[in-house]
This record gives sequence, C-alpha cells and structure tokens, in this order.
Amino acid sequence: MSADIDLINLTIRFGDFVAVRDVSFKIAGGEFFSILGPSGCGKTTILRTISGFLPPTSGAVRIGGRDMAGVGPNKRPTALIFQNLALFPLMSVADNIAYGLRVRGVGARERRAKADDLLKLVALPGIGDKKVAELSGGQKQRVAIARALAVEPQVLLLDEPLSALDLRLRQLMRAELRAIQKRVGVTFVYITHDQGEALTMSDRVAVMNHGVVEQIGDGPTIYDRPATPFVAAFVGENNGVAGRVTRIADGFADIETPMGLLKGRDGAGLAVGEAATLFVRPERLRPAPEGFAARVESTAFEGHLTHVSLIAGDGHALTMSLGRDVSAQDLTPGATVNVGFSADDAVVLRQAAP
Amino acid sequence: MIPRALLGFYLLAFFTFLFGPLLVMGVSAFNTPSYPQAWPLEGFTLDWFARLFEDDSLMYGLRNSLLIGVLVSALSVLFGLAGALVMTQVYARARGLYYLVVVAPVLTPGVIIGISTVIFWKDVTAWTGLKPLFTGFFLTVLGQSSFIASYCMLIFLSRLQRYDRTQEEAALDLGASRTQVFFDILLPFLRPAAFSAAVIAFLSSFENYNTTTFAILADKTLTTVLAGRVRQGMTPAISALAVLIVAITIVAAGAYEIANARRRQPRVE
Amino acid sequence: MNHTIDFILLGPPAIALVFWLASMIERRRSGSAEAGFFARNGGAISAFLLIAVGFWALALIVWPQLYMVEYSFHPKLPPSARFGPKDYYTLANYRYFLFGSPDDTSHWNDTHLHAFWTTIGVSVIITILNFAVCYPLAYFMAQVARPGTVRRLMLLLIIPYWLNEILRAFAFRVLFGTGGVLNAALIGAGLIHEPIDFIGDDVALYAGLTYAYVLIMMFPLYNALESLDRNQIEAARDLGAPWWRIHLDVVLPHAKPGIASGATLVFMLCAGALAAPLVLGGPKTLWFTPIVYDRFFQAFNWPQGAAYALVLLAACMAFVTLIMRLFKVSLSEIAR
Repeated sequence: MSADIDLINLTIRFGDFVAVRDVSFKIAGGEFFSILGPSGCGKTTILRTISGFLPPTSGAVRIGGRDMAGVGPNKRPTALIFQNLALFPLMSVADNIAYGLRVRGVGARERRAKADDLLKLVALPGIGDKKVAELSGGQKQRVAIARALAVEPQVLLLDEPLSALDLRLRQLMRAELRAIQKRVGVTFVYITHDQGEALTMSDRVAVMNHGVVEQIGDGPTIYDRPATPFVAAFVGENNGVAGRVTRIADGFADIETPMGLLKGRDGAGLAVGEAATLFVRPERLRPAPEGFAARVESTAFEGHLTHVSLIAGDGHALTMSLGRDVSAQDLTPGATVNVGFSADDAVVLRQAAP
Repeated sequence: MIPRALLGFYLLAFFTFLFGPLLVMGVSAFNTPSYPQAWPLEGFTLDWFARLFEDDSLMYGLRNSLLIGVLVSALSVLFGLAGALVMTQVYARARGLYYLVVVAPVLTPGVIIGISTVIFWKDVTAWTGLKPLFTGFFLTVLGQSSFIASYCMLIFLSRLQRYDRTQEEAALDLGASRTQVFFDILLPFLRPAAFSAAVIAFLSSFENYNTTTFAILADKTLTTVLAGRVRQGMTPAISALAVLIVAITIVAAGAYEIANARRRQPRVE
Repeated sequence: MNHTIDFILLGPPAIALVFWLASMIERRRSGSAEAGFFARNGGAISAFLLIAVGFWALALIVWPQLYMVEYSFHPKLPPSARFGPKDYYTLANYRYFLFGSPDDTSHWNDTHLHAFWTTIGVSVIITILNFAVCYPLAYFMAQVARPGTVRRLMLLLIIPYWLNEILRAFAFRVLFGTGGVLNAALIGAGLIHEPIDFIGDDVALYAGLTYAYVLIMMFPLYNALESLDRNQIEAARDLGAPWWRIHLDVVLPHAKPGIASGATLVFMLCAGALAAPLVLGGPKTLWFTPIVYDRFFQAFNWPQGAAYALVLLAACMAFVTLIMRLFKVSLSEIAR
C-alpha cells in the first residue's frame, strides 16, 4: 500500500533564515521520487517536515489525502531512514527490525517471524541474532531498510542513505534499493546531492536550490531539457556560454557570443535582445570544420571517454568529451581545433539573476 | 624525566602513609590487650571478632545503615536521573541557576545539610500535622539524599553526553510513544550509569557521618555507634570491624578484577 | 503565619515559574519548531520529572537552607512560642559568636573566634599539603604509567577509603596514641624517653585530616591530568624546557579545573570535619565544627547552632569564590 504526497505552499523558516520557500508539488503513490540539490538547499528540511519532526511555518503537507498538521512522527504513515541509520546498538538485528511491531503490541513469535521474512527480502537471511556492531556498512543499510519496512509504511523517506558507503557498495546499493522499491511498491522519497544516484534510481527528480524547486521531471527531461541555468549546470557536466539573443525561429534561438553566433533550442520562451546562456554538454561537442576555433589546453583519458580541455573565444574554458569512436590523436596541448555541435543538443536559457 | 629512584621512593612513601595506619590497626585487632595496641605484640586472639557480633548496639546500627543505604540509593538515583534529564532540557537562561541549585549540596559541608534538614522538617511536620514522620530514620534518608542525588546526577549527565538522539527519533518514527521511547531507548542506554550511581549512592550513604549525626536524632547508624564508642571506650573490636571491612573490600575488588579480566580476554585475539 | 516564611516557601517556585513563562514566550516569538516540555517527554514522564526535581530542589535543597538562615535570626524559644507574640528578629546569635554574649560587645569571643580562624587556616594549609602529596602520583598515573598499572594503583588507592572516616581516624589514634606504634618506635630508637602526646598537641589531628581526603583530591586531579594530550608535553620537552617548567607552564594550567575541584572539596571537608576532631582531638583541641555540634547538643540552642553553621557556610562559600576567581574557573568545571 502506498500513498501520494501533496506539498502545498510549504514554507519553513528558522528565525530569519528561510530554508524552504513556498514549495508545492505532488509525489505520486508508488513512485521513486528524488530530491536533488547541494548542501543547504532545503531537501533535508522538507524530508523532516514530511516525516513530522519539523512543523512547517506555513503551508500544508497531505499524505494519502489526509492533512498532516498536528500529526506527530509516530502517528504518520511514513518511515524514515536516517543518514546515520540510527540502529539501536543495544538490540539485536531482529529486535531492531521488529521494534516498530513491538510498540504496536505484536506478540514475540509473530515479530520474530516478520523480522526473518524482511531479512530475506533485503537479502540478509539468518542474521537476526547478530549485534548491530558486528555488521558491515552495507548490511547495516539493509537492516535499516528492513526495520522501516516492518511497520508497513505508505511512504519511505531516505536521507542520503548511501553517502557513508564506498563507491562500489554505493553502486551495488543503488540497484538494490531500486529493486526493493519495485518489489514492495511503497512510495520512496529519496534525498541526495549525488545526481548520478538521483538519475539512475528515480522515476522523477526535483532539483532544489536555496529553498526553491528549480525543476521537476524524469531523468532524461532534467538532463536534456533543463529549465534553469542551475539545473543545467548542477546535473551532469555542462558548458555554458553567455551571450545575447539575436533571433528566435521555430523554437530555436541564435545567440551572439564571444565565439561567434551559436544556435540552440529555445528553452525559456526568450525574446530578442535578452541576455541568455547557451548550454551544451561536453559529450555533444565534437571536432567539426564548420565550428568555432578553440585551443587545446590538456587531455585526460578516462577509459571510455577522453576529456579535452579547450580555451575558446576570449579565454572561455570548455570541456569536450569524446568517445572511443572519435580519434583524439590530433588533439595535443597547444593544437587548434574547430569544435561544433548540433543545435538540437544545445539549450538556451535565460541568464540567472545576479 | 624524573629519576626512577626518586619516583620509587615517593610511591613507597605514599602508600606506606596510606596503608600504614590500616596495618597498625589491623594488627591491634589480633592483639590481646583490651586497649587497641599494635606494639608490642602480646598474644594472638580472635576474641575481638567474636565480640563484634555480640555487640547488639553495633549490629542494630549496622542494620539501620544498610536499610538507610538502600533507600537513599533508590531515591538518589531517581532524583539524579530526573535532575540530569531536566538539565538537558532546561531553558538556556535558567540553566546557570538550576545548576547552582542542584550542585550546591556537593559543596556544602555535611553538617550544614544535617542541621538544615532537622530544623526545616521539625517545623514542617509540626505545621502539616505529620509529626510521626519526624524520625531520625526519615530525616537521615532525606538529608543524605539531597547531596547524594547530586552525585548521581553528575554521573547521569556524563553518560548522557554520549547519547545519540537520532535513536529517539528513529523510535518515534517507527511509531513509539514518548513514554515507550523513554523505557525502550533511553533507560537501556543509561543502565550502566544507573548501576554505578546506585553503588556509589549506597556506599556514600553507608559511610556518611557528618550529616547523619545531626539528622539521626535519637536513632543510630553504624557510624554514629562507632563515634559513640570512641568517646566511651575503645576496644580492639573496632579494629576487628575495620579488618573485616577491608577484607571484604579486597575480596570484592579481586572478584571484580577477575570478572573484568575474563570479559576482556576474548577481544584481545 | 509569618510573612518571611511565606516568602521563603513561595519565592523559589515563583522564580521557577517566571523562567518557564519566559522560555515559552521566547519560543513562541522565535517561531521555533521545537516541541514544548510536555510534548517532548510525554505525560507520565513529564509528571515524574517535575515531581522529582521539584521535591528534590525545593524540599531537600532550597527550602531547608533558606529556612535555616531565617532560623538563625530568632532567639531560643520552645516550639510552641515560635512565631508567637514573644518571637522577634535578632542578631543575638551572631553577636554571641563574635563577642561571647548576646548583648555585651565589649570583649571578643576569643575561644570561638580562635577556633574559627584556626580551623580556616589549618584547612587551607592541609589543602595545599594534600595537593602537594597527591600531584606527583596523579601525574604519574595520568601520563606515565601503563593502563594496567593505573588500574591496579586505582584499586590500591580506593581500598583505604572503603573504611568510613571514623574508622580511619581511629586507625590514626592507634598509631599516634601514647601507647601507640609511633611512640613505641621513637622510644625504641632512643630518640625520646617519654611518649609524646601527639593527640593533645593536635599533631594526630592534622595528620589524620591530611590523610582523610587524599582520594578526594586525587580523582579530580587525575581526571584533569589524564585529559592532557601527551604530545603537548613532548612538544615542550622537544623545545628544550626543563621538567619543572613543563609542569609549571603546560601541565598545571591545563589541570586548573581539577585542582580547583579538589581544593574546594578538600577545604570544605576539612573545615566541616566532625569525625576526625572527635576521635583525634585532645581536651585543648579547638576545631570549629565540633563547636557547632555543641551549640546543638550541649547548649541546646538551635538558633545559635544555625547561626554558627551559617558562619561556616559563609567561610566555605568565600573559599569557593576565591578559588573560582584565582583559577579563573567556572562552577561547572568544579563539580565533578
């Protein structure tokens, strides 16, 4: 059973500091939804408000259609996975998992059975009697998830759960979490500052910055059609070139830049004469005779990609990432190369307000 | 840094100073003269130990001391726990004053606590018609608890410093009520502190004299009986008592060491 | 009932209430999201906390002390006459302490004043002596010795203190008595011919008092020294400082809270000592606390006893404040 979440004009203030500013969006039941943003953007604050630990300054939170005002964290249909996991060190693994059932008055035998079932669900069968201190990082993660699932929440909230794990474990857990979510069908609200995680695991992502939601969409939308310069720059690597719009036609915008006239998709309903920035991903740039001139600073081989640092125009730094199919032999430091891209692959956005 | 010989000499002198008097008294417990004497040794006897158990007054005082100790321990642990929890939550501006109030008993001479307890409760029991409550036993328990609870509070506070509050949030999130969080999460965490607080409280109460001697009124505890003995007439039975206590202590300490060593063993591998 | 008593009884709870209201106002004004006291603890536990702390702080700490202060300003009256028409406020009890009589201020109360100042003076000396004796061992245990050694030393230290102070004082009596070991040894060694009256000369008392509170000084000192990062000492040595400079400039300043803590407690216990003077005191011994005891149980003048007790309390408070100023330490650092 999963519930949808509705945030309505949510504002959360700490004294004079506004952590979350008039945020409204809906999360569908059964969805894997991520909130992505840098530290201090307000994502943790929203999570604590949904879970009931932080009452909003104004606005409302509805879960499954019910208004959660005045409802404490122990009465909400949500379960929270803390960043430090907060497993109970004095209880065994099985007791940890079954704790939510214990406070609901479920009998000991039934509790133990449920705990064992959940351990199988998170691929840790039979470790019920171990102490928390004996577990590895990844195992503790899964026990925390099992503990939360034991109370059959309608919404599972995850607070940067993978940040303490090493790279390989993180990648393993990404797939695990996604699989568990699909199996159980509960709404997941996942917050992270790692856009790789957000993109690989989620159905939809909300990108936040300074307490404001910049864009909500699925992975490809956020990546290929960023709505604001912040999203364009924060999600993945991006090259941004500032300039002035000279022409708008058929959904494309021409902008005049230090590198000459560049063309990209009009991503913001621009008008001629506006100050705008053109964004094009490094992997979309390639050597092209018709493109603008740039000087090679350095190259970095990273396995499947080679990153080329370029200086173009009046000292503007760009990155071009070439796959193995394109020869990078001529791209030695100091060499000049003409760089181009398809207009479809670039997006022009209104310049961010200073 | 400092020459070994000097250090050795200092340690020897220090522990001679510390144990010397005890040794002397210990010897006198086995010596025959009826006034405690360690030298010269006139004869070996165990009589004084037997006399100890025949001493009704002493036994009565012992029983009282044990009873009072248990009660004071229970009360002090409860007060200390409450005091420590309130300390972590008290209004920031009030914290200084609150701390002063609950720690003041530690820095107040025991006699003053005894005196003030007697004076205050004498009149209070008179006004509220609870006269029967005004007994040495009652007053001693109250008087001792006032400062022993402060010791307990400090022990709990020190343990609370390492408390991870996110566990409380996790428990709440899983549906526990505040009361359940208190009993399931907080108290288990505080158990070691509660245990040491209880032990320290009992021992502090058992050996207390300054406060007790005022608060006990006409009643007796072990320490007040002993004090009375010294004034009336000392016999080596008192030395015998000391020897017994030290012996029990050494045995208990030895057992504790052994138990700890056994627990420590497996981790070393 | 008497107005002062009402003030004493209602004042502290009123102050507590004022703070509570202030905290509620501040919370509301800052728009903070933190739950209030009752929400944070749940009903049952909140009740427990309030009742326990309330009873302890008020009935066991604040009220008795304030009541004793008030009591000391009354004359000696039978219980039924208290607060009646024959009752009045007076400084007679304090005058007795200073002048030996409730009204006549012509002569000083030499005996009691002498005892008071002797007690204070000797307690200060004993505190300093105590510190000097304990410091080397505390330092050794905290910085030099290995953990196993420390534990064993700790146990050795604690054993004598399992005996209550009466028995410990008693041991000293056996040691210092005219027929005791010390005298026997001195006579046997030919140093003296007649036994020295250690007890009558107060030597036994002072030695006993120094002995009694070694553990009290040892623990705070050890804790404070233990928290000192060994690297700092190494660094000082590396820079060429001789050992006494290291102690003076690096170790002692760090140990200040521990020293303040130990010194305060030792002084307080010394000045307020009752057992040791009782057991080890001779007929001429003048120690202040037994005099307080006598006011109660020999002169049966309780208000006077209260006044004397307050004089002692004032002396201890003065000492604590002096230490706090001198060492620049706050109250929270003193309490263990």
